[in-house]
Amino acid sequence: MATEKVLTSNIRPDLSYVDIAAYESSGGYEGLRKAMTLAPGQVTELVKQSNLRGRGGAGFPTGMKWSFVPMGADAPRPKYLVANADEMEPGTFKDRLLMEGDPHELIEGMATAAYAIQADVAYIFLRGEYLLSAERLRRAIAEAYERHYLGKNILGSGYNLEMHVHLSGGRYMCGEETGLLNALEGKRANPRTKPPFPQVSGLFGKPTIVQNVETLCNVPHIVKNGPGWFKSLGKTQDSGTKIYGVSGKVKRPGLWELPMGTTVREILEAHAGGMRDGLKFRGVLPGGASTDFLVADHLDVPMDFTGVAKAGSRMGTGTMIVLDDHTCPVGMVRNLEHFFAQESCGWCTPCWSGLAWAEKALSAMEDGQGQPGDLAHLEHICRLCAPGNTFCALAPGAVEPLQSALKYFREDFERHIAEKRCPWRSHE
Amino acid sequence: MKIFVDNRPFDVHAGQSLLQACLTLGFDLPYFCWHPAMGSVGACRQCAVKQYKDEADKRGRIVMSCMTPVTEDLRISVKDAEVSAFRAGVIEGLMISHPHDCPVCDEGGECHLQDMTVMTGHNYRRYRFNKRTFRNQYLGPFVNHEMNRCIQCYRCVRYYREYTGGRDLDVFALRNLAYFGRYEDGVLENEFAGNLVEICPTGVFTDKTLKHHYTRKWDLQMAPSVCVHCALGCNTTAGERYGSLRRIVNRYNGEVNGYFLCDRGRFGYEFVNHKDRIRQPLARKNGRLRPVTRSEALSQLRSILSGAKLAGIASPRASLEANFVLRALVGPERFYAGVSEAQYRLTAAIIELLKTGPAHTPSLREIERSDAVLILGEDVTNVAPRMALALRQSVRQAAFRLAEKLHIPVWLDHPVREAAQDLRSPLFVAATHGTKLDDVAKEAFHAAPLEIARLGFAVAHAIDASAPEPANLSEEMRALASRIAEALKGASKPLVVSGTSLNSQEVVDAAANVAWALCRIGKPASLSFTLPECNSMGLALMGAKPFVEGMEAVRNGEADSLVVLENDLYRRTSRENVDALLATAQHVIVLDLLANPTTAKAEVVLPAGSFAEAEGTLVSSEGRAQRLFRVYAPGGDVQESWRWLRDMMAEAGRQEATAWETFDDVLGSTAQAIPAIHGAVGAAPPATFRLAGAKIPREPHRYSGRTAMLANISVSEPKPPEDADSPLSYTMEGYPEQPPPALTPYFWAPGWNSIQSVNAFQEEIAGPLRGGDPGVRLIEPRPGNGYRSCVSEAFVARGEAWLLAPLYHIFGSEELSPWAPAVSELAPQTYVALRPDDASRLGAEEGQEVEVQWNGTAHRLPVKFRADLPAGVAGLPVGLPGTECAGLPVWAKISKPL
Repeated sequence: MATEKVLTSNIRPDLSYVDIAAYESSGGYEGLRKAMTLAPGQVTELVKQSNLRGRGGAGFPTGMKWSFVPMGADAPRPKYLVANADEMEPGTFKDRLLMEGDPHELIEGMATAAYAIQADVAYIFLRGEYLLSAERLRRAIAEAYERHYLGKNILGSGYNLEMHVHLSGGRYMCGEETGLLNALEGKRANPRTKPPFPQVSGLFGKPTIVQNVETLCNVPHIVKNGPGWFKSLGKTQDSGTKIYGVSGKVKRPGLWELPMGTTVREILEAHAGGMRDGLKFRGVLPGGASTDFLVADHLDVPMDFTGVAKAGSRMGTGTMIVLDDHTCPVGMVRNLEHFFAQESCGWCTPCWSGLAWAEKALSAMEDGQGQPGDLAHLEHICRLCAPGNTFCALAPGAVEPLQSALKYFREDFERHIAEKRCPWRSHE
Repeated sequence: MKIFVDNRPFDVHAGQSLLQACLTLGFDLPYFCWHPAMGSVGACRQCAVKQYKDEADKRGRIVMSCMTPVTEDLRISVKDAEVSAFRAGVIEGLMISHPHDCPVCDEGGECHLQDMTVMTGHNYRRYRFNKRTFRNQYLGPFVNHEMNRCIQCYRCVRYYREYTGGRDLDVFALRNLAYFGRYEDGVLENEFAGNLVEICPTGVFTDKTLKHHYTRKWDLQMAPSVCVHCALGCNTTAGERYGSLRRIVNRYNGEVNGYFLCDRGRFGYEFVNHKDRIRQPLARKNGRLRPVTRSEALSQLRSILSGAKLAGIASPRASLEANFVLRALVGPERFYAGVSEAQYRLTAAIIELLKTGPAHTPSLREIERSDAVLILGEDVTNVAPRMALALRQSVRQAAFRLAEKLHIPVWLDHPVREAAQDLRSPLFVAATHGTKLDDVAKEAFHAAPLEIARLGFAVAHAIDASAPEPANLSEEMRALASRIAEALKGASKPLVVSGTSLNSQEVVDAAANVAWALCRIGKPASLSFTLPECNSMGLALMGAKPFVEGMEAVRNGEADSLVVLENDLYRRTSRENVDALLATAQHVIVLDLLANPTTAKAEVVLPAGSFAEAEGTLVSSEGRAQRLFRVYAPGGDVQESWRWLRDMMAEAGRQEATAWETFDDVLGSTAQAIPAIHGAVGAAPPATFRLAGAKIPREPHRYSGRTAMLANISVSEPKPPEDADSPLSYTMEGYPEQPPPALTPYFWAPGWNSIQSVNAFQEEIAGPLRGGDPGVRLIEPRPGNGYRSCVSEAFVARGEAWLLAPLYHIFGSEELSPWAPAVSELAPQTYVALRPDDASRLGAEEGQEVEVQWNGTAHRLPVKFRADLPAGVAGLPVGLPGTECAGLPVWAKISKPL
């Protein structure tokens, strides 16, 4: 079945820059033009009806989020829109493709979303290493100002919007929406207490929407083509297309825009070409490093928010990391926990203390120093870091691969302890 | 509203967090990052409880009680097994890198981390890997740093940066390696850094002065005390062992100091232990002061007193009772206040303003809750430090109002700060130079004293047109006055702060006019005056005559002998005046703590007990009479000044003195004789007060070594000293439960060994102490007075001379605290402050000496640049050696020496 490409239709095979003329000639900025003929609330309503859900990992309904922003003459000003482009999740590189391949799509999406919530200022909070994205976004923003898609009195509507690119100093925590806001204010990227939610008290204490890049890129298409069209793109009840990614030892790692709800098997086999020769599939982190493992039993799970949740994991960012049988699962989890322990902001105890301890225990196991009680202790740390027990979602996400590895690959952990070595390591 | 804790119903107040409610109800719920003065941030996850949807919900979910508002019919469990295990897991996580050094840690025995660890039941170490370690920093003479003990609760930086506005302590790095310190070694800049010692739940920040004579809390003999280093009357707990004062900690008083002290108050105590303390009577023989026995001294006094025409010089740092017995000894006609002429006039004027005007004198808690403030002529941080911390909180009122609008509970600290950002309630500072409150001020106005007064009068006129208006106001000043007036009028609890620092009647009058104008338009304005010394207010209420009249009486022979009570007269008037006075008087008898220029000229010097060795009543600048108690019975001949004076009366054959056996006898006579301080009797229960027939022990029940500590002298355990003057005893035996607040020698509750045990002593967390916050207010407003007339002449800078304005230093300007080594380390050398343009006009570089002439004397002083001085004004530090009695402000000639 030929897939309709929505988000990636302008992206060129050589990934060269798509300028504003090229973007406009393929229907670019028509979504924004149409939005300007509607009342802000109508734009939000369209997005609500489309059932668009956030593509940054949590899957929160986008239109509903916008509807919490205070509107009208009494609303606090300025209001802010922030694109979360701090793509720091290990295994995730989908937003980079969108920003490098078609930067105007994000700008149009942001201008449309900003109009809907009547934001005054928009920031693109960009991962510090995404220098090409920064260059192209800045160039595209300049073009958009020139054509009055940004700035004062956009398209003669009387609506004003300033847009800036902010390069992150670089921490995983900056991708958490409230950590991001603190970072943007020049503070430590610690998460903030919720409630109050950013929609009410966000950047500089003002109403703010923080939205993932891919989510925003969908917005102009929804406004242009209608919520019914958007819903029809998905294979399941979750609407639209999704950019799925695969990394690990598959034949063709990469990114593909596919209908929401495409199965894990189809993505892995039809698009990523299956496992490399001689390797067997053991499991997959479906939505980035902070999601629970799925295993062979789950290959026919549809990759959408409900499907993956039912299977005991999260769709997350929809970018998978595949584990093969020549890779040590304990080693893989150790690497992940090293990352998360290192990226803990140091605010809440289960996270800064628990993850560091988990990393140490896993390293010991890999070095043949594991002890019989270690697995029970790792499970204890996972419970300590359960949602609600920690301040933000970092630690609960961080223990998802660990808790599921303990469930699905328990014999591998036990072998490490019993044999006092990592069975995957060559031994001198 | 009603909540259910483990299925038992409780009544709690709405608007607080669940943690606060649970602690008020007496539940042992462990916590670290939460602090009653700083609210909730949800970092440590230690205070978790189980919350249930309703009665049918058996599963529940874990919530952090500090982050959960109490709501009607809220159902929680503290005891639930899962949540108890979670709390033990959290503390296990906190403890993995904590050193096993409790036996040698200064915090041990009063460590909140120890208490909480025991409370959660975590007692077995599973962590088998290396601990993380840090390098410690030098943070100055007050606070010791030991980072390995840190549990990352973030209280220190929240307190230091967010609560006090300090900039030089921060958190660096992240994960389990967060480092709390300065960017490099160095003295902590903030004047309230010492509170870190109590803020830190474990031993990262500890009292460095205590380290020099370390004693565990349980080994200290303690008593409720009141700080003697400024006029605010912060409540303290003072602790002694082996006859020396070991430390001061905060004693919570909800209306006064709350949870915090300033560093002068916390670390100034070591003057009590100084080697120059006068510990036995001295008498002059052959021109030299020599130690004599008590009976020799008394017999010498007897011969002096017979036939002498005595004049008494009273003291603003001695108790009401000591001053009263002096008054009795010399007679009210010859009872003179040992303060400068300007201070005498001003303090009397202030009492008059407060007693006959409609504006009320606020407690520090009320100051904290003011929502618009005008400071006229005061450098509050350096004069009345704890008040500056309260004022810094007052500017947050606007944030609290915004939070209420956004439905954010005011105790949810970070959301309130994030929503408010730089939004502050208006605070205006008018001073002769930049002050440390300028950073939170809406506007700061730096001008000569007269201009500050004119601004105040202009503000009053802008509020109420019937208040007099100064002539020839500049447009700029008129506009500023109207901005200030608008801000004060827009407030619901406006406050005017002024004081005696500038020795200016005009400034004080202007402050009163502003507050009264606000009252006139229906605003409940408060009016707070800073005063220089711990009993300045008390002495002024006693109706002593001015010092100048005392000097005159000696000069003209009406009096021929002086009794000087706890007073270095050289700090009160010029050297010439004091020299002449002391030379003219036939006999000079001085009672004091430390050798000073006045004791050096005395004929007889009597060793007076310090605040730690004497009981007494002090009246704070608020007008609050508060009692302090002996911490320990002083050794040797040291005794309370009132007892010395009583003994002198007895020597002089004055029968009435024999009735004054105990402190309460004297207090009773004092209150009876002087109606203005009648209320002081109620400041604390009398010595006859008993709980279940027992006295209140000054020593904790775990006090150790009682039979051993004097065994090198005698193996027979000595009988503890009697204390006929208070309901406190010098033992560990006595009534074990909570005494009345004014008599609480230390805070301790079962399972709560740290200072946070104060939770158990409060009616509700952060509210008043059970039984009411100590102290009796002696001054209440009386509506009806007319405005003070205003000055019209403006300040004119003189080309050839500078107005020397007083510059106060928290460490250095006060008399007693510089005797503490840690404080003197931070006191500046004397200097003259000049604007850089003035200095360059004189051709003087920073640090170079110039010649400064005032009142006919010349001084060579190094120059310090201060660009924040107004034109025509220079600055001179107050109270430093060499500048004690400059009588500022004064016109001075400054020139470059040849």
